[in-house]
This record gives sequence, C-alpha cells and structure tokens, in this order.
Amino acid sequence: MKRKLVMIGNGMAGVRCIEEILKRDKETFEITIIGDEPYPNYNRIMLSHVLQGKTEVSEINMNDWEWYQKNEITLFASEKVTEIKTVEKIIKTDKDRIIPYDELIVATGSSAFILPVPGSELEGVIGFRNIQDTEFMIDTSKRYKKAAVIGGGLLGLEAARGLMDRGMQVQVIHLMPRLMEQQLDSPAAKMLKKDLEAQGMEFLMEKQTAEIYGEERVEGITFSDDSSIECDLVVMAVGIRPNVALAKQAGLNVNRGIVVNDQMQTSVPSVYAVGECAEHNGITYGLVAPLYEQGLELAKHLTEEKTAGYHGSILSTQLKVAGCDLFSGGKIEEDESTDAIIVQDQFSGVYKKVLVSDNKVVGVVLYGDASDGTRLFSMLKKETDISEFTSAAVLQKAGEDAAEEMIAEMSPDETVCGCNGVTKGTIVQAILEQDLKSFEEVKICTKAGASCGKCKGVVEGILSHTLGDSFDPTAVKTGMCGCTMLTRDEVVEEIKEKGLQSPREVRNVLGFANEEGCHVCRPALNYYMRMIRPGEYEDDKASRLVNERMNGNIQNNGTFSVVPRMYGGTTTGDDLIRLGEVANKYNVPLVKITGASRVGLYGVKKEDIPQVWEDLGMRSGYAYSKSLRNVKSCVGAQFCRFGTQDSLGLGIRLEKELEMVDTPHKMKIGVSGCPRNCAEALTKDFGVVCVENGFQLYFGGNGGTEVRECDSFTTVKTEEEVITMATAYMQYYRETGIYNERTAPWVDRIGAENIKLVLLNEKQNAELVERFHHAKNTYEEAWNSTLKNRKEKEMYEIVKK
Amino acid sequence: MEASKEKIKIIKLEDLPKQIGKEVHVNGASIALFHLTSGEVHAVGSKCPHAGGPLAEGIVSGEFVFCPLHNRKISLLTGEVQAPDDGCVTTYETEVIDGYVHITV
Repeated sequence: MKRKLVMIGNGMAGVRCIEEILKRDKETFEITIIGDEPYPNYNRIMLSHVLQGKTEVSEINMNDWEWYQKNEITLFASEKVTEIKTVEKIIKTDKDRIIPYDELIVATGSSAFILPVPGSELEGVIGFRNIQDTEFMIDTSKRYKKAAVIGGGLLGLEAARGLMDRGMQVQVIHLMPRLMEQQLDSPAAKMLKKDLEAQGMEFLMEKQTAEIYGEERVEGITFSDDSSIECDLVVMAVGIRPNVALAKQAGLNVNRGIVVNDQMQTSVPSVYAVGECAEHNGITYGLVAPLYEQGLELAKHLTEEKTAGYHGSILSTQLKVAGCDLFSGGKIEEDESTDAIIVQDQFSGVYKKVLVSDNKVVGVVLYGDASDGTRLFSMLKKETDISEFTSAAVLQKAGEDAAEEMIAEMSPDETVCGCNGVTKGTIVQAILEQDLKSFEEVKICTKAGASCGKCKGVVEGILSHTLGDSFDPTAVKTGMCGCTMLTRDEVVEEIKEKGLQSPREVRNVLGFANEEGCHVCRPALNYYMRMIRPGEYEDDKASRLVNERMNGNIQNNGTFSVVPRMYGGTTTGDDLIRLGEVANKYNVPLVKITGASRVGLYGVKKEDIPQVWEDLGMRSGYAYSKSLRNVKSCVGAQFCRFGTQDSLGLGIRLEKELEMVDTPHKMKIGVSGCPRNCAEALTKDFGVVCVENGFQLYFGGNGGTEVRECDSFTTVKTEEEVITMATAYMQYYRETGIYNERTAPWVDRIGAENIKLVLLNEKQNAELVERFHHAKNTYEEAWNSTLKNRKEKEMYEIVKK
Repeated sequence: MEASKEKIKIIKLEDLPKQIGKEVHVNGASIALFHLTSGEVHAVGSKCPHAGGPLAEGIVSGEFVFCPLHNRKISLLTGEVQAPDDGCVTTYETEVIDGYVHITV
C-alpha cells in the first residue's frame, strides 16, 4: 500500500518539495495536490518580468499539466481546501471532496498585505501576488494613466518599473526614509533612488497612507499629513501575510506563520508546512531560496534520508530592474561587532560595502556593480577566513583566475540559480550526463538561468570549468573507438534505452563501422554489457584482452605470470613451501615479490598454466585484470606500536568483499594503521587511514604514470562503514567510468565533490551497494572455474604435430 | 620447394572456438590458427613481425587479428600488417576434411 501524501497549495515551495521526494523515491507515496489557482505550478518571481513585458505568462510555467500526469500526481486545480481534520486525517474542499491523508503538507503560501485603511476595497486597489493581479495591472495600464505603488521594497519597485514599462506614470509611496531598507544601507538606497528617479519614477518618502478615496473606483490617496495625490490604480506592496487561517482552524500552533521545527513538522503529527506560510525559529520567509531549502529538507525527512534538518537561511537579494544593479546579503548595517570595508565611487555610481566580523564576511551591500555578489555571498555562507586577504582583494572584482577558483571551490550543493533553486551539482551532472555545451542547453535542461538570468556568468563559468578541465574535445568527437563516433556515455545510454542484449546487437543497431568491432571497443562493450546486465549477459571470452582471457599476464616472450591471491599481503609457511615446490617443478625462471605484496611466478609456459594452478590450489590474485588487484595493508594494531586499528584485518575484509568484479580499469586499495601511512593509501584508487576515533577515507589517487594524490572523502566510525563506502565507490566507478579509465582521471572528470554527494546520499549509496552485490554474485573465482571447464582449459593447449 | 609441402591433419573443427586463436606447432613451424565468425578457417605465422607478439592470443575481428602486445592489425587472408604499420606474416593454406582442419606446410 502506498502512503497517501496530500499537499494543500500548488506553489513553488511545495512543488519543489514534491520534486525532491520523487527524485529520491517514486514508490512510497500516492500524491495529491490541491491548489486554488487555475494553473499548474508557475514561477511567481517572474511575474515582475511578465509585467515588464520581458516574458509571457505562458513561459513562466515550471511544471506543465503533463508533469503531474507523468508522475501520477492527482491535481485538483481551482479548488480550495476548506477544512483540515487532523484526528480523522482528512481534508475537505469547496467542491465537497473529502481526501484522506497519511501525511499532509500545508503549503498555502501567503497573500499580499492590504493596508486596513478606508477605501482599500475600492476597484483598482490590488496586491501584486499572482497571475491574476499581473493581468489586472496590464489591463489597467491600457485604460488608465496614473498609478501609485504603496511600498518601496523589492516587490514595489519591480511593480513600479513594470507599470512604467506599460506606459503608466508611477509614484512610489514609502513609509520609511529610505528605499529597500531591509536590504540596503543609506548610501546604496540613495543611489538606487537617484537612478530610479532618472528613469522617471517619482517618490513620496515618509508618507503614511490614511485613506484611499473614490466613488466606486479609486481616484486618489490621502496621507496622514493631509496631503494627497490622484491616481487610477493602487498597488499594495507593503508586505505579505502567511496564509494560516486553515491551519489555525485545524488547531495547529500558529504565530505569524505556521510554527514548524527543523524537520518542517507542525505541532500536529503527520502535518508539515513549507514555504511562505511556515514560521521557523520565529522567522517567516518570502524569498524563494529559503523556501526551496525548506522543501528539500522536508523531502529528505519524508523519504527518511538522514539530514541535519533546516536551520534557517541567510538571505540575499537582487533587484530585477534594468539599470539598477544591486546585491545584498546578510547584515547591512555596521554595529560594534563588525568592521566595514567600503568603496564608494559616486562618479561612476558604484558602491560596495563588505561587513566583516572575526575575519569573516557577515554582510554584503553592492550597488552599481553587483558582479562580485555571488563570490562575496559564497564567502559569507562558507565563513571563509579572510585574514589572508587584503581589504582591496576582498572587494576587487574577481579576475579570471580568481573567478575560475571561485567556481572550482563552490560546493556541489551550493545554489547557483536562486530563482529556480538549481545547485552547482545539478548543473555539473547535467553537463556531464547530457553532454551539454552551452548556456542555452544548460538553461533548457536544468532551468538554471531561466528566470532572472543573473546567474548566467556563473553557469558559463561552470561550463568552462567542467568541460575545459575534463573533456578532451577531440576525444568527444572521435567517439569511443575508430568504429563509432558515439562516446562511451552515448553508447551506454543507447544500450539501456534500446534494451540491447549483445555487443553484436550494439554494433549493428548503433552502426559501428566494423561488424565485429576492434581491439578497443570489443573489450569495452563486453564490460559495459556485463556491468549493465550482470544477471543475463554472458561474458565473451573472445572479447577479453589476452591477460583477462588467459587469467595471467602475458610477458614479452609469450610466457605468462602466475600471481596467487594473498589477502592483505598475508601468506603461510605451507603456502610458501608449495609455491617453492611448484616453482621448481615447472622450472619457473623468476620468483619475485610483486609490487602489490604478493609472490609472483614469472615466465610460466602457456601450456603449463592450468597444471601450475592446480598444483598451487590457490585463488587467483587477479594480477592481470581490470578489477581489484589487491589491498595493501600495513600490519596495524595487531603488532605495530603506532597502529590505531586493525588495518590488516580491515584490508583482508575489503579484499574479500571487492575482489573478482570487473571495473573499468584496475583498482588498488591501501589501508594504513596510522597517519604514517606505510600502506601508501593516499596514492591508491581508494585509501583508508586509520586514526584513533575512526577511519579517514580517500579516493582517486594514483602512483603510476601520472601521480595523483587522493581527494579526501570523509571519516567514518566503523569497519562496516568503510566497507559500505568502498563498495558504493567501486560500483559508482563501475557505472560511470569509461573502460580503460583509472579512477584518478575519472574523479577529475566527474568531480570529487559530485562523487562525494552521491556516496554520502544514503539512498543512492544503498542502491549502489545492492547493485554491486548483485553483480558480484555472478562472478566465480577465475582459476578454479577455468579448471572445471574443459573448453576453457583447452585454450592453454598447443597443438603439436 | 613446392614439392616438400604436405597437408597435415591438426584438430577437430568443433574444438576450435570461433574468434579465439589456437597455437599450433607443426614441422618446426609455429602457426596461429583461427576460426572466423564466417566459418572460414585461416592460418598464419604465430609471431607478429613487429616484436614477435603471439598472434594466437589476439582479439579477432572479421578477417583481422590484433596483436596482443602492441595492437598491430593483421589480415588473416593476406598476412599483411595493416596501415599505418607495415610488414607481413606467412599465410598457410587450410582445408576442412571430414570435420578436421588440415594445414598445408
């Protein structure tokens, strides 16, 4: 039985939450949404662009009707919920519908606050909140001349600009002595006012509205100082009020908004609230970024993903008015605890203020040139220590290198597009997975930059960072081998999408130049097929390169090496004696400790191989394979006086868990018992460094052709967690790596931060581990299985006549 | 020298898996024998002219084998190493008689 998840409200915060739930779990919930507007979810932020004539109502849909259908969401639009009964767990609507729920999300949003003055009900007095308001204003602008906007905040100024664009004469009435007083300090506000006045906007500052007068329709406004103006339209933009009536009546704890905890739970079990109607820690929010953060947290909570919960948001603001480039984030006014770095250039109309406290940026106000806003706000959120910076360097417009660095340093979960809540990780993933090349493509695929477009520069930076560093453009053009122009990702995608069952079918359907492929694509396709269909696909020996087909390394004279498994580099006296006896019996020319802590017999004749294996009676060490070679371990706490954990025991466990399964290229793991790192874990594909309180994990290292130090991953407490992480890591590499690509270039290509994001996502991690185990069950130890198979054993025979 | 050649019975065709080479030592010659997907059987000298790589261990695609050491592509019909590399290996006549592969050496 699916759980009934019902949401009241069909707006941005709520629908974002549903999207995040579906991203994580499509199975658990049967979802119903009730919204009182006659539209699917649209981008409310873009209404000022609609008013300004920069876009059409039809273009601001975020989820079309089809989206609801596709995701099997029942949507009741133009329908109002009239009652919540929390004991019976049902809601009632104005169409007498009764809908039961297991979980209820209240996402009723907010309404424009209409000043309670005489005349506020007259025709021509409205708030600025939804499509209907916007259309009303556009319609009014065609028939009337004079507009008054009450409220000189963000929304009021955007509305005023829009009405001017529609040909109206606009006066802005503001109660306070400065515009946008919640986001701008006095110098910035003055500059803004000056610029807007130059555009033709008129201001009446420090005026309190006393009455709106008129017969049926508004004719003018009278102020508390008895002065008055004439107008044909009044837009109230003095603030919003959370829509809480329904929640209050249902008995939920309500202050200004519906009170929620860090998990967005209300005072009543199974009832949640997100968005503008919710009050968290005494704060209700009206900007989109925090609402998206809330939606995400609730989605995580409902899908039982471990999360730290919602802890409030630091706000940043930009104004969508042409010619007024401004940015504001965090604190805006100096106090005893802060110092200000200020640059003011009245001649070019640029003002920048950065507030610093304890060597950290705590506030940013920029006017005239807001291009540093993202960088400074990122420093603010990350609490970057700026003691190393000069004041000028903090404020200076980031140069090319610095911009590149800023983009490189952005964490994947950092929001790039505030309007649509698109993170860097989402953008990078889309670029890589869908092979995107331009801002336009990213915009279409991710919605980043699709609204106000101010993040275009950052998106382009991410594009160049992602493509520039990781993609060899010529490699993309030449395809995975000479037989095809298709890349690895395209081929894998086609295999999955078209359900292709064999490499032959892949080559046929995808039009490979050679019917039977080449030495590059044959082993690669064999790998991809088995990776994608571990249960059904039968390994093709004829597509294996010689080492893997023969289960030994071919040497330059056509002989082979035999390297048995020695878990963690351990062996026994008996095994060593047997190795010695076998070496003598077959006149093995070289016996050597290999680079991977095992004993290797080199120069074994091909026709002797099966007999050598049989005499040894040991498991293959897979020293020839693209799979886990070995886990190098120091002796650890068992014997070493510095050892903090049983690194050897852990190494052996890891090797047993992860051996045999094909990977895109060979893999080496190291486990060191202490930070002295005798097992050289930091240059392995996966590294573990034991410390007193747990295990530090690393990945993507390489000590070979091109030395690369591991990226630090995370620290875990138990051996079980180490094994889980290593397993998920290996499977993620199996699923996304290009055949013949070691983890070091793979990590560079995919991005360490993106890999971490996947592995630390509990659900994705668990699924990866499960898929790995499913694959591993299809593998049998190579030497013994060859010995049991007459046909395979015959491959080693030489016919002599 | 034609006169000294003889046709030698080597192996049952059904014991020769397709696309996997077989090393054969006959009359002092080392030969790589191939059963192609098309059903044809071909035999060439077993060592790559480049560095002596064992061609019997190479990946077979159509009428070509890729040397396992350095990926030289060699035609099993003509024995010629394909461009951009060059060189040639000896080819041997083969024939299947009563289900057995014969090589003329």
